[in-house]
Amino acid sequence: MKRLWAWVALAVGLLYFILPLVGMTNFSLKMRRGEYSFDAYMKVFADDRFRETFTYSVTLALFTILVGVLLVVPTAYWVRLKLPFLRPYIEFITLLPLVIPAIVIVFGYIRLYNTSSWLPLTGSAFGTDLLLVFGYTTLALPYMYRAVDTGLRTIDVTTLTEAAQSLGAGWITIIGRIILPNVLVAVLSGAFLTFAIVIGEFTMAALLNRPAFGPYMQLLGANRAYEPAALAVIAFVITWGCLGLIQLVSRLQKFAQRPV
Amino acid sequence: MTTQLRPAASAPVKRFRLPLHWLGVLPFATFVVLFMVLPTLRIVVGAFQRPDGSFTINNIVNLFTPSIMAAYEISIRISVASAFFGCLIGFAVAAAVVLGGLPRWIRGPLLTFSGVASNFAGVPLAFAFLATLGPLGIVTVFLQQQLGINLRALGFNLLSFWGLTLTYLFFQIPLMILIITPALDGLKKEWREAASILGATNAQYWRMVALPILTPAILGTFALLFANSFGAVATAIALTGSSLSIVPILLFAQIRGDVLGDPHLGYALAFGMIVVTGVANTIYIVLRARSERWMK
Repeated sequence: MKRLWAWVALAVGLLYFILPLVGMTNFSLKMRRGEYSFDAYMKVFADDRFRETFTYSVTLALFTILVGVLLVVPTAYWVRLKLPFLRPYIEFITLLPLVIPAIVIVFGYIRLYNTSSWLPLTGSAFGTDLLLVFGYTTLALPYMYRAVDTGLRTIDVTTLTEAAQSLGAGWITIIGRIILPNVLVAVLSGAFLTFAIVIGEFTMAALLNRPAFGPYMQLLGANRAYEPAALAVIAFVITWGCLGLIQLVSRLQKFAQRPV
Repeated sequence: MTTQLRPAASAPVKRFRLPLHWLGVLPFATFVVLFMVLPTLRIVVGAFQRPDGSFTINNIVNLFTPSIMAAYEISIRISVASAFFGCLIGFAVAAAVVLGGLPRWIRGPLLTFSGVASNFAGVPLAFAFLATLGPLGIVTVFLQQQLGINLRALGFNLLSFWGLTLTYLFFQIPLMILIITPALDGLKKEWREAASILGATNAQYWRMVALPILTPAILGTFALLFANSFGAVATAIALTGSSLSIVPILLFAQIRGDVLGDPHLGYALAFGMIVVTGVANTIYIVLRARSERWMK
């Protein structure tokens, strides 16, 4: 009896998740009347705007990952090594982007860094791109910091540092060649999650007027019927791919660490 | 004598040592101040300013007009509903998998899938639901052609309170599953055994042991899910355009083109959002700390 209820709950839950996925896949294949075809996908891939905005968002995602890693890895390492009493406060700060909605943060950017301010980032395309990368770094901060901090927990930071120092390594060598390789799996997990968040982000890009993939999808959704469903399938595959890669790297690590 | 001398001897050395190790967190602190703290402060301060910069609470008072209050009300209702059903269904699914005696292999794929689904939000999610429950969606068409049920005639519209709630549930339920599964794992076998030795029925065990232990975790997740849907912009805009006046959409339109006709009312609107999500997350943090007592 109990098992029956468990199966029912699971089935209802799964149905809820599978139906929209089936719905969007089905719809994306129905562009040609009366038969299934990949026409909607062809249309999307042939669209120059798709390629431009997608490339733009991928580039931004890579820079966001770079900034995130450069910011989070040394900080998390340093706090663990020298300022452990700061850890709860830093962790609290990194969770703030979950509290303050993205739309409010970007509203602040627009008011704070406009053309008549002391740091007119929104005055040029490059400045706005920079601002967007920093905004995305903020959005990804909770995930990136948590991943790296969890990774650091599994290694003995103090011993590794002292060993490296007694062999004459400087700080950059320690962080780049000792710490980073040891938490690489955690960093990669954070990076893939960052990628999944940035690639389809809409609010910040739209309000900063940058030609990103999220606003492009929204525009297409307002004007077309079948292409949006194709885009949704593509976006779902990307999300699935990123999360799948996280599983893959952590499984590879477990395999590599298994005692021989 | 010597014990008194020792601190005096080491004190000058200490005094001249600059706290250089604080420099290590300087880049992070600078980033946080420039791109999180200052922008948020700008909004908060702006909410209490006139255009000339003088202090006022008029902007906050002006929030209490019927149209803006209606926007807050429907936003909060959608967030409460999607958080409530998200908790309920997510709990049922997680309990089924952890405690319901289902085969163990289901667990891994379910958690992976929950990770994907909880991150599948924004614009594409709206498209997926349009293709499912929209006018030409697969479920709408199936119900119409096979069972003769016309959703539209029954009053269902995807661009409405229930439509948005149903859509948000797609990322709310998996988030609940991800957070509550470890909590369910934390229910110790010994507690159930102790309860049944003392003569408790299954229902009594749940009512008097398991649920009180889980309550902080469930309520905490509820607050998190609430804030999660309250701040969601992209899904709502892609789904409804601007036909449904919820707070994030109103703020989006205000930032784009000052639809309220008063820039500082925009600040106040954003400040109101911070207050609502701030309260929800404070509840979450307090309750999570309480629930972790039992998870050791």
